[in-house]
Amino acid sequence: MTVSPATLILPEAMRAEIIAHARAEAPRECCGVIAGRNGEPTRLYRLTNLEPGVDRYLIDDEELYRVYREIDEGGKDLLAIYHSHPVSVAYPSKTDVAFAFWEESFYVICSLEHPEAPVIRAFRIVGGEIAEVGVRR
Amino acid sequence: MSEASAIQILVPTPLRRYTNGEAKVGASGATVGEVLTDLDARYPGLKERVCDPDGEIRRFVNVFVNGENVRKLQGAATPLKGGDEVGIIPAMAGGA
Repeated sequence: MTVSPATLILPEAMRAEIIAHARAEAPRECCGVIAGRNGEPTRLYRLTNLEPGVDRYLIDDEELYRVYREIDEGGKDLLAIYHSHPVSVAYPSKTDVAFAFWEESFYVICSLEHPEAPVIRAFRIVGGEIAEVGVRR
Repeated sequence: MSEASAIQILVPTPLRRYTNGEAKVGASGATVGEVLTDLDARYPGLKERVCDPDGEIRRFVNVFVNGENVRKLQGAATPLKGGDEVGIIPAMAGGA
């Protein structure tokens, strides 16, 4: 089993893409995944948030299944799962922790709490425990 | 249909700890539930991650048969035939 490294590599273009996605979906949350190999991100996928409200996300299951298979069968890992917090800090909520089923992946949160200064932070969530990891370009 | 069938199961990363890291495993059974029970005999704990105590698919797990979510079919009672492909994938969800 692949163990993710302690630092997430997030190229500037992907960082910009996450922020653009978060802004496009606001006031709702955006969500998506990043594929990678050996800790190096290779592709970002914007995915559909099925939750109608503004404070939840649930990635479309059929879309996720299709994309996950493409990533997995292409020999890549599901490196990270990202979503936005449109009006709150970039830190996992209780809901985020309760639904963190993907312990091998990084959880990336983009906060638009300060709209002109978005913040992106990354975490591992294992067994209900949150551990922040560094993000570098 | 009662004949035990060779079904291919796609195991997602979070559940590979139960299958010794295997991404694809074979199993037998005439329904999704039977296949999961068969798998659980070899990979203990796997079924509990997918099904609730009543044997139905957990709310935050999705199971696909040949690309179709079994929630749109018959859930754990969805019938299977030889050569079918069963994919398991935990939900991705959260909130602010």
